[in-house]
Amino acid sequence: MRESSSQLAGLRKRIARLTASGGLESRRADGWLASGHASFDDALGGGLAIGRCHEFFAADALDATSAAAVAALLAFRTPGKAPLLWLRTADAGRRTGQIYAPGIAELGGDPDRLLLVETPDPKMLLACANDAVRCAGSAAVIVESWGKFPLLDLTAGRRLALGARDAGTVLLMLRLNAAPTPSVAETRWSVAAAPSRELEANAPGAPAFDLELLRWRAGPAGLRWRLDWNHDAQSFGQSFGEAALPGAVLPLAARRAVASHSAAAA
Amino acid sequence: MRLARVDARAQALGLSVGMPLADARARVPELAIVPHAPAADEHWLDRLAQGCARYTPLVALDAPDGLILDIAGAAHLFGGEAELVADLEMRLARLGMTLRHALGPTADAARALARYQALPAPDEAAAIRRLPVAALELEAEATTALLRAGLKTIGDLAARPMANIAARFGAGAATALRRILGDAPSPLDPRIAPPPVVTERRFAEPIASSTHASKILAELADEAIEDLAGHGKGGRHFRATFFRSDGLARSIEIETGHSTRDARLVMRLFAERMDSLRDPLDPGFGFDMIRLAVPRLERLAATQLQLEGGAVREAGTDELVDRLAIRLGRGRVRRLRPADTHIPEQAQLALPAIDAPLLLPWPTPEPGEPPTRPFYLFDPPQPIDVLAEVPDGPPHRFRWRRMLHAIRRYEGPERIAAEWWRRKDNAGLTRDYYRVEDDRGRRYWLFRHGLYEEKADPRWYIHGLFA
Repeated sequence: MRESSSQLAGLRKRIARLTASGGLESRRADGWLASGHASFDDALGGGLAIGRCHEFFAADALDATSAAAVAALLAFRTPGKAPLLWLRTADAGRRTGQIYAPGIAELGGDPDRLLLVETPDPKMLLACANDAVRCAGSAAVIVESWGKFPLLDLTAGRRLALGARDAGTVLLMLRLNAAPTPSVAETRWSVAAAPSRELEANAPGAPAFDLELLRWRAGPAGLRWRLDWNHDAQSFGQSFGEAALPGAVLPLAARRAVASHSAAAA
Repeated sequence: MRLARVDARAQALGLSVGMPLADARARVPELAIVPHAPAADEHWLDRLAQGCARYTPLVALDAPDGLILDIAGAAHLFGGEAELVADLEMRLARLGMTLRHALGPTADAARALARYQALPAPDEAAAIRRLPVAALELEAEATTALLRAGLKTIGDLAARPMANIAARFGAGAATALRRILGDAPSPLDPRIAPPPVVTERRFAEPIASSTHASKILAELADEAIEDLAGHGKGGRHFRATFFRSDGLARSIEIETGHSTRDARLVMRLFAERMDSLRDPLDPGFGFDMIRLAVPRLERLAATQLQLEGGAVREAGTDELVDRLAIRLGRGRVRRLRPADTHIPEQAQLALPAIDAPLLLPWPTPEPGEPPTRPFYLFDPPQPIDVLAEVPDGPPHRFRWRRMLHAIRRYEGPERIAAEWWRRKDNAGLTRDYYRVEDDRGRRYWLFRHGLYEEKADPRWYIHGLFA
């Protein structure tokens, strides 16, 4: 009994040492990927943390474009000319379509910043993603995958997250047509298309998205937002017409209270 | 079917090129035949030429069965012309090849001597004069005319005034004659232009281990980088050639997006390339020479470090691009560039990131307007079933990938005509594009391929997905 308790103490010490030196949370975020939507950024303490991994799930296979666009637009909001790495498998063009630069330019992004990497299979996708997150020069790394991604288990996810932390890049995992699985991501989002604000003559308006925060390592989950993309300001402004959805404005104290709870649950 | 090539034994038995196969079989029943494969011959000749690069960088192909080596200034490295030829003969013999060679003052003279010399001569000039006029390789008519005029050898022809030859047998005859005699330059068209920076190492004893070979390559890379630094240049293309002792050679090449003088990076890229080779580097009986060439140089000033420490951040992605391009293939790591056309699927070019030039600026978005071009584009467009008003009405409902979508909002049509000025037959259908949103807020880009006056029953397609 005594022996086992001393073993336990040793293990505890080891865990403490690991979390102090190499744990995912051990370093403060290098900055924030802000959306420009006031309540969204406030609730997350500034936006999506840089140097972390964030997962974007499409709510439905048909919402793939919305999920991809939200991730890409957040990444394009980073100032400067640093390249944006977008990794996908070679068959993604047939399935979800090719990334179309004129459309990105019309959304206000700079397509010259895009660096597209097409890999023959998911295994190579993961290998290249590991190299890409460790490269410090990029503004963001977007990894697009379709369907289940059994290779991306907890170990692989943790390796990616540690790489992103060490290099200070932000990793956006785009999981299309997939159900959430346990992961080490800082935040996990479900993105769906939202009906746009109507223009004259019943024309579709600016892109609108419904975001749900499925998981957040540093706070409560379950928050929802509706974001409208304003390409002139290059930001996700407050949505027009309707007020913020309930849950979007959560008092700070309540947030703290749930934080410890959800951290324990995670 | 006729004989395309015969070997020495067949020649001795009286077979010749151009003889019908049936005749040849009748004469020599045990004849062994192989189908003629000109492409394979060409490939083999090219490989031999690659192997001959060990003697001189200037190797030219003389199809279908010849190689011209410019050994000026290189022969002494092998102990003289005769020793060089002996070495070459020995290596070719190991590959089962027979060599008929000649040395000459110019490429054309050497070539003519190798192909047409019948009898030995006291010196080169005399040997050239004794060559038959067929060595000029003129048209059959001109050669016959020369023979009819009693001019049997190059020497006979050279004794005549050049102007008369040109007047009677054509300017081609005069030029060919001057080239063989060495009066006119006979330029060599080398298989590969000699690279500006080359380092190489020869081994007395062939090395059979690949790890040892890559160690040597690393040393060569250091030397090449030093050489580059002296020129104030960086390399963008590196080629390592491994010469096997049996005479064949294998080249491995890497490219970088920016000129570099980083030996560690170069070696890392080589390692990446060798790992991804489909057929790994085979030392055979060992490599007896390794050469590292830098065929493409670019200016590269000394690197500047930032004041607060650390190099410029951008460099990180350049290295990543090089590494991924070598692992996946250069066409798999791309940048998008605009193209000047209004056909949507041609409006962007996906070019290899290693050398994608910045061509045109991207269109700037219209302020206050939603995007008119999709985020994802289908190329080719995917056919859909649409319920729409005829002839020019907007779509109401469409079925795509077995799902029905009810359209709530739409904008259009945006009419995009075919580029009639590019096509001779003036063909191509006009497309009417609609930007539509379904009842769940998903936005699509649909088009009808053809107007009703152009086509009886135009089809509908989905071309893209909006954000």
